[in-house]
Amino acid sequence: MEYDIRLVLTHTYHLPAGNGRHVVRVVPRALGQRQQLKLSMLTITPQPSEQFDSVDFFGNQTTTFVHADVHSKMVISMACRVAVQQPAPLLDFPLDAEQLAVELSDLRDMGPLSPTHFLGPSPRLKANSEISAFARDIRRERDSVAATVMRLGEALHGVMTFDATATTVDTNPVDAFKLRRGVCQDYSHIMILALRSLGIPAGYVSGYLRTIPPKGAPRLEGADAMHAWVKAWCGAALGWVEYDPTNCCVVGTDHIVVGYGRDYADVSPDIGHLRSAGNQTTAQSVDVKVVA
Amino acid sequence: MASAHINTGTAGNDLLANYTTQPGVHDEMIGADGAVKPAWRDLMDHLGGLSPEGLAHRFARGDQYLREAGVFYRQYDDTVSSEREWPLSHIPVVLGESEWAEIGAGLVQRADLLEHVIQDFYGANDLVRTGQIPAALLGQNPAWLRPMMGAHPKSEPFLNFLSFEIGRGPDGKWWVISDLVESPTTTGFAIENRVALTRVFPNFFSNANVHRIAGFFQAIQQRLFDLRGKGTGQIAMLSPGPMHQHYAEHAYLARYLGLLLVEGEDLIVTEGQAMVRTVSGPKPLSLLWNRVPAAMIDPLELDAGSLIGTPGLLDALRRRTLRTLNGEGAGVLETRALMAFLPKIARKHLGQPLIMPNIATWWCGHAAERDHVINHCEQMMVGSAFSTVPLMADPGTFVFDADKQGSFPDHVTKLLQTSGRELVGQETVTLSTTPVYENGRLVARPMCLRVFLVRTAGGWQMMHGGYARVSGGNDPKALAMQRGGQVADVWVVSDRPVPQTSLLTPTADAPTRAFSEAALPSRAADNLFWVGRNVERAEFNVRLFRAYFARISDGVSPDAPILRYIRKRLMYDVSADVAKIAERFETPLYQGLHAATKIGDRFSPDGMKALKDIVQDVDRLRATKVEPDEVLSEISLLLRKITGFSGLVHENMYRSHGWRFLSLGTSLERAAGMVRVLRELGRADAPDGALNLALELGDSIVSHRARFSVVADRASVFHMLALDGNNPRSIRFHVSRANQQIKELPGQTGGAVLGAVAQRVLLLETQLATVSTDKLTGAVFDQIEAELWALSDALTETYLV
Repeated sequence: MEYDIRLVLTHTYHLPAGNGRHVVRVVPRALGQRQQLKLSMLTITPQPSEQFDSVDFFGNQTTTFVHADVHSKMVISMACRVAVQQPAPLLDFPLDAEQLAVELSDLRDMGPLSPTHFLGPSPRLKANSEISAFARDIRRERDSVAATVMRLGEALHGVMTFDATATTVDTNPVDAFKLRRGVCQDYSHIMILALRSLGIPAGYVSGYLRTIPPKGAPRLEGADAMHAWVKAWCGAALGWVEYDPTNCCVVGTDHIVVGYGRDYADVSPDIGHLRSAGNQTTAQSVDVKVVA
Repeated sequence: MASAHINTGTAGNDLLANYTTQPGVHDEMIGADGAVKPAWRDLMDHLGGLSPEGLAHRFARGDQYLREAGVFYRQYDDTVSSEREWPLSHIPVVLGESEWAEIGAGLVQRADLLEHVIQDFYGANDLVRTGQIPAALLGQNPAWLRPMMGAHPKSEPFLNFLSFEIGRGPDGKWWVISDLVESPTTTGFAIENRVALTRVFPNFFSNANVHRIAGFFQAIQQRLFDLRGKGTGQIAMLSPGPMHQHYAEHAYLARYLGLLLVEGEDLIVTEGQAMVRTVSGPKPLSLLWNRVPAAMIDPLELDAGSLIGTPGLLDALRRRTLRTLNGEGAGVLETRALMAFLPKIARKHLGQPLIMPNIATWWCGHAAERDHVINHCEQMMVGSAFSTVPLMADPGTFVFDADKQGSFPDHVTKLLQTSGRELVGQETVTLSTTPVYENGRLVARPMCLRVFLVRTAGGWQMMHGGYARVSGGNDPKALAMQRGGQVADVWVVSDRPVPQTSLLTPTADAPTRAFSEAALPSRAADNLFWVGRNVERAEFNVRLFRAYFARISDGVSPDAPILRYIRKRLMYDVSADVAKIAERFETPLYQGLHAATKIGDRFSPDGMKALKDIVQDVDRLRATKVEPDEVLSEISLLLRKITGFSGLVHENMYRSHGWRFLSLGTSLERAAGMVRVLRELGRADAPDGALNLALELGDSIVSHRARFSVVADRASVFHMLALDGNNPRSIRFHVSRANQQIKELPGQTGGAVLGAVAQRVLLLETQLATVSTDKLTGAVFDQIEAELWALSDALTETYLV
């Protein structure tokens, strides 16, 4: 599957802002056979006074730019072409929670893929007893780790209602869980907390979602903005499994990965800091078109 | 508790005769043989020769020094912070030179070990790879800063300044209680404690062989210079700001070492280079002594909610255009659970055990250690594995109640079994005691020591002295330390005379005060400007207030035309209520004080004290219901204090850019105040007595009489208060003074063309020098006032944002 992806992020400052510094993570990753980045272009207007790319701890591509002069509007546009391959079917290994715990306590890897980073707590996610209790209720003793991930994702999808107005980008997942409402970020954060409470390493994935579904299939939730889902570590043999709790599915070719992190704070698409006395509004539009 | 009486072995004075130690607890002063230890003998002989009155007098002298130096203890109750007297114990902790050398050997070894560990944590991660450290200890640790991975060149030391808290067990052996890496606080207070004690024991101290600590601070300066290397940028101390518990220490150390004191908002990162925003434009910064928690220094890469950081700072650190005294992220070494693994790492890496052990620690992420903690609960403290606060100082610590038999409560055991990775057990330790003077006698109180190390070209150098924390209670269990107490100076005494480096007169070859005299951060300039403006505004209001009540006390009715006119035209239509009028001058005073506290490093302690004194007066005045007659004398007193403060600043402040901004604030405010007075009181419809009131407000009655010796008319008053260039109350005088100051500011007069601000003020000065009194209409005063505020805005825009 090959996609053309376009993202436009527009910041409007009600009073002119200067000395702006932004770090953005919006370009899809190159993930070997699974996801190939064929070309990409990032355009920022007005022209930044400085701009450079780097790679963060988790291997995500970041672009940092600075606007020294005052401006009242700033637009980040990203266009790219990505080829995505259907992953191999999920083979379950009958690894249970106890065996997982043993594998985890023997970990000796500090690399970005090591599950040790994903057991929490993380910047946005502190253990919460309500979400832990929910996870305990859903989990079945005999389930393998991978089966627990699916079961938990399905259960969460069942109790939550997708609602783009109930929460904001700064909403605490505990509040979203109380409301039983939210968007992909809330679904993912709650699921990560639930998995970690069961001792299963879990991280946050940001990315894009195919906008127009194949014939006959329903339109996916969250396709008109950047999307987020969950990755969970199911033991050394199976490794990382990606699951989308908002759409209740294992991640396949409809999802395009931009960033991996412990939670939203590690992969936020656009984090900025500037001097301005006024408020700002942000608009986002995403288009993910199938080209082949 | 049982106690043993001491056979003093000295002259048998009262102080020692009543001193009792606790059984099974080591005492710093009294040896195992019951006699005063050799290191203490001279001091105790000296103390024994003093009467209780003599002691009290000496102790008071030390306290007075601390008060005058502005050393206080800031404490927090929920959201309110308050200041209380610095709790200095007047009895130092005394240690012999050879014992100090042993402590030094242990801590230098530990410093080298920590260097090895931190290089690995941000480098190869071999300690995890080879199983010497569990992965979770880093992976789940908020103090391990991922953005700093691989950023530190192996060839450069990560650690340059360390401190350790150590305690002494019943067997007389020292233990490391905690490693203080990220911001080794209290270094600065060690100086203040020492200076205070030299006031307490002036004659004794100069003859005693007590090692001086000044050399240590020269070594810090030298290290800062060395680390800056070929860089030419500023060296600064980065502080979280005046609301921080240790701000006073930051300001003190910065001043003492000659460092620029900056906050996150003073810095900006441009093209990968950190800069300080100063009134002379951005200045490159090469080295920071960072006292902001590492997680807060860059909101773009670390804690996004931080308001005290600088966006892009990590980028500058990774590019090595900016360095910090200790590499950022070194705070991970304070992780409590690390103590469980350091002994083994020492044996493997150094080939020898730790010379000075740390508190026995068990990380409960492994079953064997967890079981050990559960089975030895009666001698365990249990708390978070990742906390960087010493277990005994952490309110979250669980301590087994020794009076109850059996095991941990179920919830603790369960927590250990389900969340062992997040918990450690640490052996409860018993501290040694040291004497403090309470109610006329010496009492043994538990204590621990802070010891400081700085890296030099020749290896680690230890401060020959330190900082002791002394418990407020009797309980020698280390845990009691969290409940406050006192601090004490630490004396290391030699058998021979010691080198006499002095704290107050650094030696000629020391690189003193060389760093950053010229750079004035824009934020500090802004605060000084507003101190000037607010204090002047308060003075104006107090004058007005006094004039108003002088008339009331002369029997003028509040309904008389002149008083109604004052209230309506000069007091923003305030009601005749005294309290309401008082509010008019309280607010600017508070604001002025607030601005002044933000620049603690630039303002003299005397100036701060005078300002605080004024605010206390205002407070008192507000709290009491005073009669108009008394109001008058109170107000006159207040006025004298305010003018006294202004004089103090004017007389004593170094003629730097900082002083210029303060002076500009005063001049612009005074000129604008006088514009308002003349516009309102010079109106044709102003009631009788308005012009005399103007002269009174301008403190110019006497000079007016001398110059004009007639009844005041509008021309004479306008001449005196608006245009007379020799009257320090006139508009023109202050516009001229502002012009003089602005000429000295960066970028105003250097080139072929005057700077924008200099042009503005010159136009205004010229106008005032050439206008005649009959042209000074209300509209002209309006124009002058608008021009003054435009000048203030132009200054702000050019220098202060």
